[in-house]
Amino acid sequence: MSAAPSVLAPPKAAIGIEAVGMSMRFGDFTALDHVTLKIRPGSFHALLGENGAGKSTLVKCMMGFYHASDGGLLIDGREALIRDPVDAQRLGLGMVYQHFTLVPSLTGAENLLISRADAPAVISWRKERAALEAFLRKMPFSAPLDRPVSRLSAGEKQKLEILKQLYLGSRFLILDEPTSVLTPGEADEVLGHVRALCQAGEISVLMITHKFREVSQFADDVSVLRKGKLTGSGPAADLSHADMAQMMMGAQLPPSETARTAHNGDVVLSLRAAKAPDRSGLGQIEIAQLDLRAGEILGIAGVSGNGQTELMDMLTGQRKLNAGQIQVHGRDYGATRREARALKIRALPEEPLQNACAPRMSVAENLAFRDFDQIPDGRPRLWKNSREMARRAVELISAYQIKTTSPHSPIAALSGGNVQRAALARELSGDVDLLLIANPCFGLDFAAVAAIRARLLAARNEGVAILLISEDLDEILELADRILVMSEGKIAFETSAENADTAEIGAYMAGHA
Amino acid sequence: MTTASGQKGGQFLAQGLPRLEAVVIPIGALLTGALIFSGFLLALGKSPAEFFALIYKAGFSSPFSWQNTLSRVAPLLFAGLCVALPARLGLVVIGGEGAIVLGGLMAAITAGLMLGTPSWLGLPLMALAGAAMGGLWIAAIGWLRIKRGVNETIASLLMAYIAIAVMNHLVEGPFRDPASLNKPSTAPLPEALRVGDMPIGIDVHWGFAFGVLACVLSWLLIDRSTIGFAARIAGDNIRAAQVQGLPVGKLILGFTALGGACAGLAGFFEVTAIHGAANASLVAGYGYTGILVAFLARHNPLAIIPVATLLAGIEASSGLIQRRMDLPDATILVFEGIVFVVLLLSETLYGKIPLFKHGFWSKP
Repeated sequence: MSAAPSVLAPPKAAIGIEAVGMSMRFGDFTALDHVTLKIRPGSFHALLGENGAGKSTLVKCMMGFYHASDGGLLIDGREALIRDPVDAQRLGLGMVYQHFTLVPSLTGAENLLISRADAPAVISWRKERAALEAFLRKMPFSAPLDRPVSRLSAGEKQKLEILKQLYLGSRFLILDEPTSVLTPGEADEVLGHVRALCQAGEISVLMITHKFREVSQFADDVSVLRKGKLTGSGPAADLSHADMAQMMMGAQLPPSETARTAHNGDVVLSLRAAKAPDRSGLGQIEIAQLDLRAGEILGIAGVSGNGQTELMDMLTGQRKLNAGQIQVHGRDYGATRREARALKIRALPEEPLQNACAPRMSVAENLAFRDFDQIPDGRPRLWKNSREMARRAVELISAYQIKTTSPHSPIAALSGGNVQRAALARELSGDVDLLLIANPCFGLDFAAVAAIRARLLAARNEGVAILLISEDLDEILELADRILVMSEGKIAFETSAENADTAEIGAYMAGHA
Repeated sequence: MTTASGQKGGQFLAQGLPRLEAVVIPIGALLTGALIFSGFLLALGKSPAEFFALIYKAGFSSPFSWQNTLSRVAPLLFAGLCVALPARLGLVVIGGEGAIVLGGLMAAITAGLMLGTPSWLGLPLMALAGAAMGGLWIAAIGWLRIKRGVNETIASLLMAYIAIAVMNHLVEGPFRDPASLNKPSTAPLPEALRVGDMPIGIDVHWGFAFGVLACVLSWLLIDRSTIGFAARIAGDNIRAAQVQGLPVGKLILGFTALGGACAGLAGFFEVTAIHGAANASLVAGYGYTGILVAFLARHNPLAIIPVATLLAGIEASSGLIQRRMDLPDATILVFEGIVFVVLLLSETLYGKIPLFKHGFWSKP
């Protein structure tokens, strides 16, 4: 393997990459539609797009994780065949992932060494240390090599990830939301170093991001993807934040044609100064004020990871509040089964198979979770009524058009859309006052999406208060009466659906307006 | 699937195939384990045929051998339940031995406080004391799991060693009968507080009947009650159970306590029906064999009854095998261990055998 990367080889120059007419289809779903993208040698190229716009699919095709259905890749103007990530690395393509891929218990030096394809079986540390130090001297920045990675800060880890790619000889780096885990200060430092490397002609960079500020501040060029298509491309300096938002979100949608009956119901759900720790335990979720009325869909927009999952956990009693309160109909709500039942509250978290279903239990059993333990007059039931469960299941399966071989099949055997339909059938059947729902249409085909959105609107028109947490802004614009934007654990912006301006919402989603 | 009969057939397949799979795979694992163990015997120059013939002879061939087997079934039934009940919540509790030992000790201590009490009062109180002790012991493991996230498998195993040490300490110290010289024991139980044999012609004590009753009641709880249904939801996906507002913590405490209470009853019957006092003989390994029983039964309390009987027969044949084949006592443990490993491996087969898939039968 003469082409194996080695630190001792003289540094080659940055390489230019061009994706030509790249398409990727998964079954009937087109994730990427004839995208052509050119990254000039030594340039810092930003790739913008919403969740699900096809950014990850594009870079996975470039890196050989996926094989594009159509189109190809040019490296320095010559066609390159990349069958797998090993090929990509051999050709000088490297990727830094959103989440760290370093071994936490090993030191920086050990991590660098084991990442090499030609790591020696017996390591002469004296020799390797000298080589590593020589390598670091040539770099514009360094990272601690002697401490275990678990004791490095996020910024140091990210720098080490980038150094690792340079050490492996990558001359084209894909950075997948490299600053999502960094503080603004760390982000500026790391991106500054990356930009310096580009300007020195050492590497070319393609950075996936949805932060406009980073694009304007660091990138030379920018390309925007929306629903798998390239919607814009050009020098970053020529584009304003509003232009980028417009390309990212698309043109303003015409108002939804679904008939909406006007409601001005009572406040059902209200949060006041509700605080809870976020997933990392470092940040804080803080909802100063949130009111949801009967017959209203309140959409919570935001880029994933800005506290939406935690908000759902708080509302379903899985995350304890540090301060503040959650009230339903003016009474404190602790999300116990009894309270949820008395107040007619239903909840459906994202990815129902993982979060709201028992995968090995049958469809009929999963459909019975809400009321297996009570008889129709509301008193507790001790003995399970399997016959009644099966009868109800048959009813719901036909009413919600759930495709299953039998009510007794395990729910894990169903397709994603049918699991979602089943979970929705369970949560919407019976008397409902308040529905909490997150990303109800994520990953579903068009037919399932249309059916589920129609169900939600029908429920709204019947007077159900619906809190819709979604990463899909189009979905929120289509369904919601009122829109809140969540950013960094807080409600950053509120607007009514009629006055919603996608560019403005996009700016708040990106965390700076 | 358009005709009514087609739908009936579909339902039969959807419900029946997983059940058939759950019977065939464990039996296959048992037979495969026996096959591998035969290889082990051949390597020692012994005859596998003779070995299995002796198991049949010593465990299942005559009223006497059935008596030998059935008298060992009771503790295995209870010990199996101590694994199977928490398993419904996804907990792997392998320290039933500790609850058996402490349950038996507590029953003996309670008896010591009630000398002269009639059977009808004394025996239920002893049983209650044993069950309460075992229940507390295993519920503590559930509590550690809920409150501190301590792994229940490791905690239960380590706590079994603590339980055995505590029993030895108390039996050799504060509760020692001065008359027990070679083998420190608590004071022998008065005749009124001994449980006798069932009136069925062979000498099998009442523990067997109560063990079977406990299995049937556990099955009703798990399979037929709404509490068992809630436990199954929590065992399959704890997040789903939490979103539904189910009291996951209480379910874990309740099911671990119930499992521990069963193990405590095993100790009670060992003391009152077999040993007549609490001493080191309580540490007989029933708690560990119970793990194998529960796993072979796929944590189904009704299946525990035949599985426990089979394993009791195998253990009952240990002495005969030792004498006739000149094999050490531990040979049976090697057999059980091999079966257990094969059984754990067989867990990966579920859903992978085409014969048990719906599509295999519904397509022409």
